[in-house]
Amino acid sequence: MDKKLTKVSIIFLTVMLLIFNFGCAAEKQGAPKELILATTTSTRDSGLLDELVPMFESKTGYDVKTIAVGTGNALAMGRRGDADVLFVHAPSAEQELVEEGVGINYELVMHNDFIIVGPPGDPAGIRGLSTAPEAFSKIKNSPSLFVSRGDDSGTHKKEKSIWEEAGIQPGGNYQETGSGMGETLSIASEKGAYTLTDRATYLRNREHLNLDILVEGDPLLLNIYHVMQVNPERFSRVNGPGGEAFVEFMVSPEVQRKIGDFGVQEFGQPLFFPDAGKKMEDLLKIN
Amino acid sequence: MDLIWEGLEQAIKLYAGSDPELWQITWLTLKVSGMGTLVSALIGVPLGTYLGLKGFRAFKFLNFLAISFINTGMGLPPVVVGLWVSLLLWRSGPLGALNLIYTPAAIVIAQAVIATPLVTGITLAAVKQVDPKLRLQILALGASRWQYLLTVYREARLGILAAVIAGFGGVVSEVGAASMVGGNVKGDTRVLTTAIMLQVSRGEFPLAIALSLILLSLAFTITFILTVFQQRKKEDIDAHE
Repeated sequence: MDKKLTKVSIIFLTVMLLIFNFGCAAEKQGAPKELILATTTSTRDSGLLDELVPMFESKTGYDVKTIAVGTGNALAMGRRGDADVLFVHAPSAEQELVEEGVGINYELVMHNDFIIVGPPGDPAGIRGLSTAPEAFSKIKNSPSLFVSRGDDSGTHKKEKSIWEEAGIQPGGNYQETGSGMGETLSIASEKGAYTLTDRATYLRNREHLNLDILVEGDPLLLNIYHVMQVNPERFSRVNGPGGEAFVEFMVSPEVQRKIGDFGVQEFGQPLFFPDAGKKMEDLLKIN
Repeated sequence: MDLIWEGLEQAIKLYAGSDPELWQITWLTLKVSGMGTLVSALIGVPLGTYLGLKGFRAFKFLNFLAISFINTGMGLPPVVVGLWVSLLLWRSGPLGALNLIYTPAAIVIAQAVIATPLVTGITLAAVKQVDPKLRLQILALGASRWQYLLTVYREARLGILAAVIAGFGGVVSEVGAASMVGGNVKGDTRVLTTAIMLQVSRGEFPLAIALSLILLSLAFTITFILTVFQQRKKEDIDAHE
């Protein structure tokens, strides 16, 4: 039996070596200048990052790993030091990270807005209402279904704050998908339900959806994106210079112009509005 | 229905054209899943053989326990594996210093964890099915340990190939672990399954359909090659008999 044990251990060692080699090979290509960007599914799904990230890579030589998760998850990655830079859209939750000293170099990048969409027949009668909480309470009091992301994403956080503002507890005709925005829109469309979505994802998916924009323009519906780097003094493995370079890149005039132009050709309207250098309070005032 | 036709059309266009990203994704999928299967075969076949032929003979209960673990492992949910491998490989995790999270190697590790119980379990069943009388006879004829093993493998090769096929099928089609430990990074760790997931969430259904057909053809081709190999061997045996 000893012989076989030897054989098994030799095989095991070979396997470990193979894994190790594979790992090193993968590492050699990128590791020295690797940068982990934790961001939201909406920026990835809109296609904006596919345009900006290669630009940043060729400019600085960093190898960016874009991990698209919900904003809640992205912030948690930052809090653990598992990401170098965060690009997210839940200002109040972000503020906490900044106050804890984990998020530094916190900069406003851009905004677009959330909209309430629903079946074109609008059984709950919310079309044209001027405030989101009013629309939510009408939906709640109708037999129609409301579909929520339910994934602690920036969109989900926004939705919860609207329910709170309306002073009602969602339930009954309320379902959570636990999926990204694109999938949640598909589900809402198939079920003839209402949902809250960011405008960019809706526009990109519009042709497959049987959903109309019913409520828009409420200042509460602003969707504000910030970038911040994770404090390298807190975590030894965080790439400080890379994070700083990315923040700088996102607020640079060239990138800000790119953001403003993004989607205009395809959708006839911009998907995002560049805001670098502005203050969040000013944004809320304008609208 | 339009969507399906649109998807088929796009698939043909993708096949015909040479979209470098598509081939890169397909090649990476093949490489990662092949590697994951190889690792699981290198661990699973010897382990399955050991448990099937010898086991902890003195401690029967221990043997049952080990086999039960393997059998449970055959249905190991990929997302659970993804979660645990992530927890270990994250920078903040115990193996963070290896810098493996969000690399193809991380996917290989996760896939090997998923496939190893499959390969082990099926190998175990295959070697157990070899007639015990035959095994005794080989030993009685004075075969060395290696000759003995070789004969058992020759008898059990159909089952062992089935084990490898099942392992490959398990990893090439899973998405949960690959997206969690790989991160679905474009040009780096994006494999066919995670690419499909992404295109669905973007609402790019035609592209998702096209990718799904490529994944199916890939899985089919590999399985077909293994099956031809397996069945040819079977004919050999039949001919001898």
